[in-house]
Amino acid sequence: MANNVEKVISVKNLTKRFGNFTAVDHISFDVSKGEIFGFLGANGAGKTTAMRMLCGLSRPSDGDGQVAGCDIISQSEMIKTRIGYMSQKFSLYANLTVEENLRLFATIYGMTDSRIKTAADNIFQELGMENLRRSYVKDIPVGWRQKLAFATATIHRPEVVFLDEPTGGVDPVTRRKFWELIYKASSDGMTVFVTTHYLDEAEYCNRISIMVDGKISALDSPAALKEKYHASTIDEVFRIVANDAKRNE
Amino acid sequence: MAILKSLIKKEALHIIRDKRTMVITLLMPLILLILFGFAISTEVNDVRIVAVTNQHNDMTRNILQRISSNSYFTFQGLVSPTEVDSLLRIGYTDAALFLKTDNGKISSQIIVDASNTNMAQTVTGYIQGILNDSSASNALTYTLYNPQMKSAYNFVPGILGMIFILICAIMTSVSIVREKETGTMDLLLISPIKPSTIILGKLIPYFLLSCLILATMLLMAYTLLGLPVSASIVSVVLVTLLYITLSLSIGLLVSTIVDTQLTALIVSAVMFMLPVIMLSGMIFPVDNMPIALQWISSIIPARWYIEAMRKLMIQQLEINHIAKEAAILSLMTAVLLIAAIRKFQLSAR
Amino acid sequence: MNPAIEISGITKRYGSLVALDNVSFSVDRGEMFGLIGPDGSGKSSLYKILATLMSPDEGTASICGLDSVKDYRQLRSMIGYMPEKFSLYQDLSVEENLNFFAALFGVSIKDNYDLIAPVFSQLERFPHRKAGALSGGMKQKLALSCALIHKPEILLLDEPTTGVDAVSRSEFWDMLSTLKKNGITILVSTSYMDEATRCERIAMINKGKILDVNTPDRLISTLNENLFNASATEMFSLLSRLRSMPEVIDCYTFGATLHVVGSKEFNPDSVIASLSASGLHEVKIYPAKGDIEDLFIKLTRNG
Repeated sequence: MANNVEKVISVKNLTKRFGNFTAVDHISFDVSKGEIFGFLGANGAGKTTAMRMLCGLSRPSDGDGQVAGCDIISQSEMIKTRIGYMSQKFSLYANLTVEENLRLFATIYGMTDSRIKTAADNIFQELGMENLRRSYVKDIPVGWRQKLAFATATIHRPEVVFLDEPTGGVDPVTRRKFWELIYKASSDGMTVFVTTHYLDEAEYCNRISIMVDGKISALDSPAALKEKYHASTIDEVFRIVANDAKRNE
Repeated sequence: MAILKSLIKKEALHIIRDKRTMVITLLMPLILLILFGFAISTEVNDVRIVAVTNQHNDMTRNILQRISSNSYFTFQGLVSPTEVDSLLRIGYTDAALFLKTDNGKISSQIIVDASNTNMAQTVTGYIQGILNDSSASNALTYTLYNPQMKSAYNFVPGILGMIFILICAIMTSVSIVREKETGTMDLLLISPIKPSTIILGKLIPYFLLSCLILATMLLMAYTLLGLPVSASIVSVVLVTLLYITLSLSIGLLVSTIVDTQLTALIVSAVMFMLPVIMLSGMIFPVDNMPIALQWISSIIPARWYIEAMRKLMIQQLEINHIAKEAAILSLMTAVLLIAAIRKFQLSAR
Repeated sequence: MNPAIEISGITKRYGSLVALDNVSFSVDRGEMFGLIGPDGSGKSSLYKILATLMSPDEGTASICGLDSVKDYRQLRSMIGYMPEKFSLYQDLSVEENLNFFAALFGVSIKDNYDLIAPVFSQLERFPHRKAGALSGGMKQKLALSCALIHKPEILLLDEPTTGVDAVSRSEFWDMLSTLKKNGITILVSTSYMDEATRCERIAMINKGKILDVNTPDRLISTLNENLFNASATEMFSLLSRLRSMPEVIDCYTFGATLHVVGSKEFNPDSVIASLSASGLHEVKIYPAKGDIEDLFIKLTRNG
């Protein structure tokens, strides 16, 4: 590679077809180490399908790419051990305690008992959750639950963490606290790949891409995009870009 | 009426579109009938038997003749009393019949290899049948209505008892609870239709589905399994319709208590299916159960239904002989249905 | 004339959890009223009470002068309700869903077609598609059509835009404005604070309590804080530095900048100087105009 910035995600002409429907249409982009990359798009633009391919859950119909040093086609199993994933829909087991949840996911990712113990102690100390260790997840406030979900998704120190609408329906204060976690992870060198419908959150990303009808229609830093589209917020940019959508579904 | 019709139509669409469940629902009764009717047979064939006599005379000859001509037995000949033990032990034979003639009277003793209890019991029954027959003293009731002791149609009442719990109770409760889970129940409830209409809209489609299955099952039982057709068939249908209503009430009641499809499934399966199989007399006779289990079995609707069905289908009795069973089933239906409707209306408010 | 919705002193408990705590407010006829609050603030419980699906433990709710508990039967044909999870039959087609809900209320689609036309027109092209195969935005439009089919006087929409993209959300609000013009009273809840400005009046709710009720503009004017934008090349360090300053009451991310709530002693110029001296680049601090989100943060901070 020409530049010296390490690329954690690099895809070329990534395509996914379902029958004669092209959900993801030849998308190409790179994400550097430690970058916060916002992956925006309207419902049905192909975000979820693209993300599934990046996580090794779905095989591309065309194109290729590497995530965390693994080929997304031939090394899809290895990818799963090197990435973290958190979604608003599912994050934690409500009937397990905070500590049991952490241990469970750490074990799934093949961590040894002693490493789990150190990692868990660090997390509890960092998040100030020492007194919640033995509480059931269903009993702790939503803000704590989110922090815990993030900690769980990143307990195995993945190179890149995928966050799928991590803040949906969450109040403004909790949302902000969550983004501070993202900042911190990124400053520690973790790459963050995030989708959101809150366009103010997109402003916090280093770079954002906007998907329209399976293609990436815009990709740059928030400031550059606002300048290019003569808009004052990303919300306006999004409207301008996404309004060209032909696909109604 | 138009509302009820559209509720039923919508439910029918749900049932028809859920292809997998539809196939299972229609195939399962057939598979169960074939399985229990033919494959899982409690009949015992080719029992190897030896005999020991102290005197060989007309009477013993007559008995042995009957045994060797009976298709269930393979008569292996007369042996000496001392040999019996080792023959059984090495597995050369399954049973030994001791016939002792004393003053022109025959007394008998049967020794059976009881490592297979089911076989032992059946063999004893067969031999006793032959012995009693030959002395022409008395006839045994259990062979009267099923002279060959065929288990194939003995199971028909049990399978019916199970199928309707499965379809009515489980499917109804799951379909109602699914609407609770997805939130569509809220939309039905806030519409101006009465809760009772919602209930009917749920019960009628499954009632009709059950009728379809009943027709298939009866058709199969009377043709494939050769169950003798008689006037009692009308009573069979009537009592089964009662039982279907009862199962629907159970499903409705379950759906008012639980909140997720999974719990509905587990509650219906554990609380209703297992008791039907284990305690209703479908497989294990109620009379052989410990007294405590007999008590429990008497609150299981399937027990009374299966008893009634046995009387009607196998013994070919008239409907007046099942007055007790019918009364119990009616009472249970009334109690369950009222409880379910009450509970549903409470939850609707 | 009675107000469209009159809620007084409603409390609802689930065991020891107080979902709604002495909630009171009223909604005028023909008003577009917003209920703004995060997940778990009690919005859905309030909706269930107004939709006559649940009784409050204390207090009363009356809709068009009718009591939500006593007159529920009469009320049900006057209310259009769209629950939090858009409730449709996923295995039924667009047309079948709409027909079914029309039949429930004893109306035909033709009768009220004018009303649903602006919402339904986009769905008409695929009447035979299963509801489960629709995208989020389309599903939402179908659910709204179903809630409108009996021409309700009052529309109760519980978080209709959650999980829907910005463009569809904006379209959805345009449709609501059209419905309002037809004289329908709309009570809509949302966790997107920016949607609040599309309502005539809003109630802010958190942890089962109503924080305030007013027009969005008046609410924002009550913010009355010493609010600044702050930015620098190193945003994350800027955030933690600002927070550690005694003259900073609160500091939080706000789109491309940070919002800083300063005390009376807060002097932008001296703060810029001290931050620049500590190694931050391109530090900018300038007055900011607050919005609903700032207000929410303020109200929850004090609560």
